[in-house]
Amino acid sequence: MKILVPVKRAIDYKVTIRVKPDGSGVDTDNVKMSMNPFDEIAVEQAVRLKEAGQASEVVVVSIGSPKAEDTIRTAMAIGADRGMLLTHDTAVEPLAVAKLLVKLVEEEQPGLVILGKQAIDNDANQTGQMLSALLGWGQATSAAELVVDGDSATVTSEIDGGLQKLRLTLPAIVTTELGLNQPRNATLPNVIKAKKKPLDVREASSLGVDLDPRLKVTKVTEPPARKSGIQVNSVEELVAKLRDEAQVL
Amino acid sequence: MKILLLAEHDNQTLSPHTARALTAARQIGGEVHLLVAGQGCGHVAEAAARLSGVAKVLHADAPALAHQLAELLSELIVSVADGYDTLLAPATSTGKNVMPRVAALLDLMQVSDIIAVDGPNSFRRPIYAGNAIEHVETSGKQVITVRTTAFVPADTEGAAPIEQISVPDLASPAEWIEDITVTTERPELTSAKRVVSGGRSLGSKEKFDAVILPLADALGAAVGASRDAVDEGFAPNDWQVGQTGKTVAPELYIACGISGAIQHVAGIKDAKVIVAINSDPEAPIFKLADYALVGDLFELVPELTRAVSK
Ligand SMILES: Cc1cc2nc3c(=O)[nH]c(=O)nc-3n(C[C@H](O)[C@H](O)[C@H](O)COP(=O)(O)OP(=O)(O)OC[C@H]3O[C@@H](n4cnc5c(N)ncnc54)[C@H](O)[C@@H]3O)c2cc1C
Repeated sequence: MKILVPVKRAIDYKVTIRVKPDGSGVDTDNVKMSMNPFDEIAVEQAVRLKEAGQASEVVVVSIGSPKAEDTIRTAMAIGADRGMLLTHDTAVEPLAVAKLLVKLVEEEQPGLVILGKQAIDNDANQTGQMLSALLGWGQATSAAELVVDGDSATVTSEIDGGLQKLRLTLPAIVTTELGLNQPRNATLPNVIKAKKKPLDVREASSLGVDLDPRLKVTKVTEPPARKSGIQVNSVEELVAKLRDEAQVL
Repeated sequence: MKILLLAEHDNQTLSPHTARALTAARQIGGEVHLLVAGQGCGHVAEAAARLSGVAKVLHADAPALAHQLAELLSELIVSVADGYDTLLAPATSTGKNVMPRVAALLDLMQVSDIIAVDGPNSFRRPIYAGNAIEHVETSGKQVITVRTTAFVPADTEGAAPIEQISVPDLASPAEWIEDITVTTERPELTSAKRVVSGGRSLGSKEKFDAVILPLADALGAAVGASRDAVDEGFAPNDWQVGQTGKTVAPELYIACGISGAIQHVAGIKDAKVIVAINSDPEAPIFKLADYALVGDLFELVPELTRAVSK
């Protein structure tokens, strides 16, 4: 069984982002970029399944700037075998990403597509579900546990109120939650090996999918600022402030 | 404009998320229908009919809908979607699972997690963990999920008619095995007026329970946690507050031994008053806190519990 893992290049999760003063977006110049953390967990999970003898090959795909090659190489250093990069100049919306992935699924015939549950830049949480709907495959989102057993997968998902266990007939779509695993640190030899792994680069537009955005972003603004707070020196003072000043007790 | 809102429920009770998402729907403007889909959820349909501003409740009842699996629910919604310009749901785990499928099947892009309605096709939504706000416009038919903490609940003075709708033959490639849910007497986290949260520094589940829970109970508060506290097993995943957990908007949020990572504070920015208790005066949480108390939480939190219990 082949596993396909889509990975996204995004501003590193530790960076405090800056909204451009002209409202045109978020500043990405000279900002540290990394693989979306949820996607890294997806890569790690796929590689673990391969190491356990349950998958034959792990193929990663990234859609976007040519610089996403770095992201693909990072995934290869974790253990992915092969990469595909679909380049495009402007941001590609989740719907178009899902449609591009449908094309790749037709080409590659994976038994499992593992995706991050959301990308920490647009926080959309859509692509996996959209892909599942377009393919007519089963989906399990926010996976905290994934067990593959022959032609099915049992997934424990984090849901409001607790956990939900689902059994999916393969092929299927799984999206990852933070607790699924702790991605490994790539070793230096594996980083070097990753540079030589096969990477197929194509223009996203060559796949015959409409990539024009459907939503119009009119502007991006700062969130409302909170007024600055004060330090209190004792529990007694805190309780008095909460009671008399803030009036929340 | 005709709007279909997916009701959030567990076959027994209508979740308060629905009344809040309804407010967003009414701000979009037009005739709002509520879809109650499940098994044996007649009581829920009746409760939905009482929400103010609902023109009609569509009640779909079938064994296949018992667990509201995303594959089936999305097909059901698509089967009635023709008559609607706007399809929306609260951004709960059900809404997040179902609505992107609906959007894809209708060849539409979803607008996720709106926090404000600026016009019938114009919305605001947080991106980058709420550190930026994206203003977006759709061009016609639209699929939306709603961040419910951003909207007040609609009243319950309505009396809408309930219409049974037929359920298409549904088969899912996913099979439900079980739900493992945590029941609690405490208020629901996302709608609680007070929230007490603990972080990794609690050190163990025993200490989390011994230190955080008594303060929460003394205040009648819901309990929250940082992701690290969840990963360490101190708290169930359902308590996670933040970018990738729950958004809360209480009057009072007390963060105990939580550093204030970007991803955590993303979930608490709408709290009216934030109190942080942390031993590190440089902890980032203090930048956000209205009241900062520097010190050891193992002394200060029990002292606070005693003080508010008086
Ligand atoms: C993609 C992604 C998504 C994430 N989503 C979320 C999310 O939704 N929610 C979330 O919470 N996190 C999330 N995280 C994790 C987040 O980045 C932080 O790692 C996490 O919030 C830190 O948890 P913490 O504050 O409990 O632990 P730490 O950061 O370890 O902080 C512990 C704090 O406790 C203080 N302390 C220690 N001992 C004491 C004491 N005796 N008394 C008082 N204070 C003490 C320390 O000074 C420190 O500030 C996410 C991370 C990633 C990568």
